[in-house]
Amino acid sequence: MKKTDVLVVGGGPAGLRAALSTAEAGARVLVADRAPRMGGQLVKQTHMFFGSKEQYASVRGIDIPEKLLGRLARFGDKVELLPGCTVLGAYEDGVFTALQGEDYFKIRPVSAVIATGAIERTLAFPNNDLPGIYGAGAVQTLMNVYGVKPGRRVLMVGAGNIGLIVSYQLLQAGVEVVMIIDAAPKIGGYLVHAAKVRRMGVPIHTSRTVLRAEGNGRLERAVTAALDARCAPVPGTEQTVEADVMCISVGLSPLTELLAMAGCELRYIPQLGGGVPVRSREYETTVPGLFVAGDASGIEEASAAMMEGALAGLYAAGYAGFVHPSEAETAAELRAALAALRAGEAGRHIRAGLELLEKEALYA
Amino acid sequence: MERIARHPILDFPERKALDFTFDGRPMRGLEGDTIQSALHANGVVVLARSHELRRPRGFYCAIGNCSSCMMTVDGVPNVKTCATMLRAGMDVRTQRGKGVLG
Repeated sequence: MKKTDVLVVGGGPAGLRAALSTAEAGARVLVADRAPRMGGQLVKQTHMFFGSKEQYASVRGIDIPEKLLGRLARFGDKVELLPGCTVLGAYEDGVFTALQGEDYFKIRPVSAVIATGAIERTLAFPNNDLPGIYGAGAVQTLMNVYGVKPGRRVLMVGAGNIGLIVSYQLLQAGVEVVMIIDAAPKIGGYLVHAAKVRRMGVPIHTSRTVLRAEGNGRLERAVTAALDARCAPVPGTEQTVEADVMCISVGLSPLTELLAMAGCELRYIPQLGGGVPVRSREYETTVPGLFVAGDASGIEEASAAMMEGALAGLYAAGYAGFVHPSEAETAAELRAALAALRAGEAGRHIRAGLELLEKEALYA
Repeated sequence: MERIARHPILDFPERKALDFTFDGRPMRGLEGDTIQSALHANGVVVLARSHELRRPRGFYCAIGNCSSCMMTVDGVPNVKTCATMLRAGMDVRTQRGKGVLG
């Protein structure tokens, strides 16, 4: 049995930032991540971040883990990193079980931050299981982490930020992107990203979806169709797209298995990406001492995940009896940073989702 | 499928070759590959079959979430090949059925 003050599950932007807050507060922290290296999905994000200095604006995502790990290294053996370690279970008595290689063990923390991130959604259409049809984030991993091209000609489904960014990164890797389609009547991602791929000659067709995929044992082509105002396919608008890869970029769902297992109340809030844990303003779930941050608590960007992680880490350390030297000020700064990230049109759905969540927390 | 040769942002330095087999066929991956990325670089995109209809399955998430890429590796079934690092000499096989632990 491993003992620690705070356990952080997930070493992505939220988890690493949570670990930093808890270490600053003087607590011992253990960070477990199932991947062989820390950083979560930052390790494939070759684009530069927005936001402010605290969110590493103008730094590429791939360079952020090293910066966060460097800041954590200053706390010496108070911070223990467990890469390649999958947390398998969260039990009612506060014990977690974990598997690292062949080594199975238990962890008993005083409090925990669950920062498990999200899973890519899929899309329902005939033959959507053909090899060649991949999550857009998966293709980003294959290219940017392992240096392997996914194929030759890509149809991108989804014009949100991930779809647009991955299209651009496919072009950077020397892969042809035939077109980007999106069922919505408007491009969902930032127009600065859309302009970039359009300038490179990739057309973006809105109000268009995939009717079916075709191919013998693997994707060879897809049939798309235009959608009317009620999202029904318009007869006569079918178009066949020759492609050996289709990237599905239709959003993410929070990974909440551990939270559900621990007994946290979950609610379906579409604006936050689906089933999310009910939590207080201090990021504590309905299970005392169990905190949450990042995509696991609602789908947002890595910048917001870092700020949420930092906040959750502060409160998780506090629960374990370690008060951050400047808790009130730090929390106020982080909350202001989050408000700035969620301001404006782009953050409208997040604000609406959080408002619903706050109401749920009142009655939980 | 090919490896990325030139990239405006990323460097892919030369890496050690790792020989392994896929269904008995010799293949070569690189140090730092997952089993799945090495197979993909060798043109292998069908990793598994669905249990009922035996439809071909490839990877989907590449980060160990979706279980679409499970194979038998060195006799151990249900290995998530997208989240397992390649090692020299690995015996990677397409899995039949749900797998039984030996």
